[in-house]
Amino acid sequence: MTQIPQQLKYTEDHEWVRAEADGSVVIGITDHAQHQLGELVYVELPDAGRTVTRGAAMAVVESTKAASDVYAPLAGVIVQGNPALADQPELVNTDPYGEGWLVRLRPGDAADLAALLDSAAYTQLLAAED
Amino acid sequence: MAHQTPLYADHVANDARIVEFGGWDMPLQYASALAEHHAVRQSCGIFDVSHMTVVDLTGPDSTRFLMRLLANDPGKLRSAGQGLYSCMLNDAGGVVDDLIVYRLGDNVYRLIINAATRVQDLGWMARVADRDDIVIRHRDDLLMIAVQGPKARELAAPLLAEELQAPALALRSFECVRHDHVFVARTGYTGEDGFEIVLPAEAGVALWRALAAAGAVRCGLGARDTLRLEAALNLYGQDMDAGTSPLVSGLGWTVAFEPADRQFRGRAALEKQKTEGVSEKLTGLVLEDRGIMRHGQRVITAAGEGSITSGGFSPTMERSIALARLPVAATGSCQVDIRGVLRKAQIVKPPFVRLGRILVDDAPVQK
Repeated sequence: MTQIPQQLKYTEDHEWVRAEADGSVVIGITDHAQHQLGELVYVELPDAGRTVTRGAAMAVVESTKAASDVYAPLAGVIVQGNPALADQPELVNTDPYGEGWLVRLRPGDAADLAALLDSAAYTQLLAAED
Repeated sequence: MAHQTPLYADHVANDARIVEFGGWDMPLQYASALAEHHAVRQSCGIFDVSHMTVVDLTGPDSTRFLMRLLANDPGKLRSAGQGLYSCMLNDAGGVVDDLIVYRLGDNVYRLIINAATRVQDLGWMARVADRDDIVIRHRDDLLMIAVQGPKARELAAPLLAEELQAPALALRSFECVRHDHVFVARTGYTGEDGFEIVLPAEAGVALWRALAAAGAVRCGLGARDTLRLEAALNLYGQDMDAGTSPLVSGLGWTVAFEPADRQFRGRAALEKQKTEGVSEKLTGLVLEDRGIMRHGQRVITAAGEGSITSGGFSPTMERSIALARLPVAATGSCQVDIRGVLRKAQIVKPPFVRLGRILVDDAPVQK
């Protein structure tokens, strides 16, 4: 059974977003997404300081089979990519909502967060895809 | 709607992720493509390869027909039970398909060709046959299982009919044996030892389950692709196709120009290429930077540019490897354009891995 934590926000492209106390957000891919991709063998993350627009390709996750883009769910500036993924890309598979996070980003407009899907809407989206 | 092999229900029952490949619904992987890969390198894996096309060829002109059809020389098959890898070429010297042909008797042959190319292949064979007295029979009633890995033969042999066990274990590479309707060849597409077994569907499903029960790991197309890439075995449609010559695809060794009077299709075009000299070669790359090389990426060398035909992650070497078509003079270091960033790679002589061993220089990845 795929996990969809209630406290997170989601996108139609199967990313999750978590608001942090300091105003930044942490972004990863969902349990459903990591399962669809299969075991990851490489993750390419953006450099700190890069400005991304909403919907822009900001990272690439590669399985044995293919490379897939990860899109920015919000416009903003990259604070940090997850340094642990350089040596352990498989963290995205084993702990997609925890150790396997991809990027920390400072949103240009924190109000954009409200426009993302909540866990109920994302659950419905997955049900519709099946 | 895609075809399904008689093992489809077994794949689904074992949680396979199914993908369409060459018009067939096939398992991409079960629980872990990486674990499946390592099982084949270290022990034994099984693959459903029933999507591949089995063609039986009979009739008094069969040998004569193959002499014209194949770029390799069917005359090398001196007795029944021998097999040969070959391309069939169009008149421009491009590869129509690659295949293995087995001699089963006098003027009796079995050809195993690719799934995605079946219609073109059968059409081309009918054209080359012209007025030859032959019968080409597509055996879609059969199932094909590849059992691969260092323990494959000892694990599979006891599960065969009594009469087949000793003959199967006595096979040398590219030899085959038949008993009743079961065909066993010592071939594969992984760079490991093993068998490819062709048999009626019902017996095939039973054999598949017996192999799994005996400890063979079910493997999907994902592991098949990483294994064949490490072994530098070409994939039709990616490393060569109707527009590329075997001479620029690492397959020059499979073209038999002797005997000089054997007029196979594509011969004139290849002789012209040979006389004029080819400008490209298919060779190996090992990525020194982080990242994964993929099909179609640009390669920049001191001798000019080329491109990657097959790229990916090598689970054995834990880094990215690729096959690339490059200028013939290219050696040493090169750069690969991965999504706009130039990454450093070394040009190496393939294969990368065979029989469980890494065969190329494998310096640590630069961080």
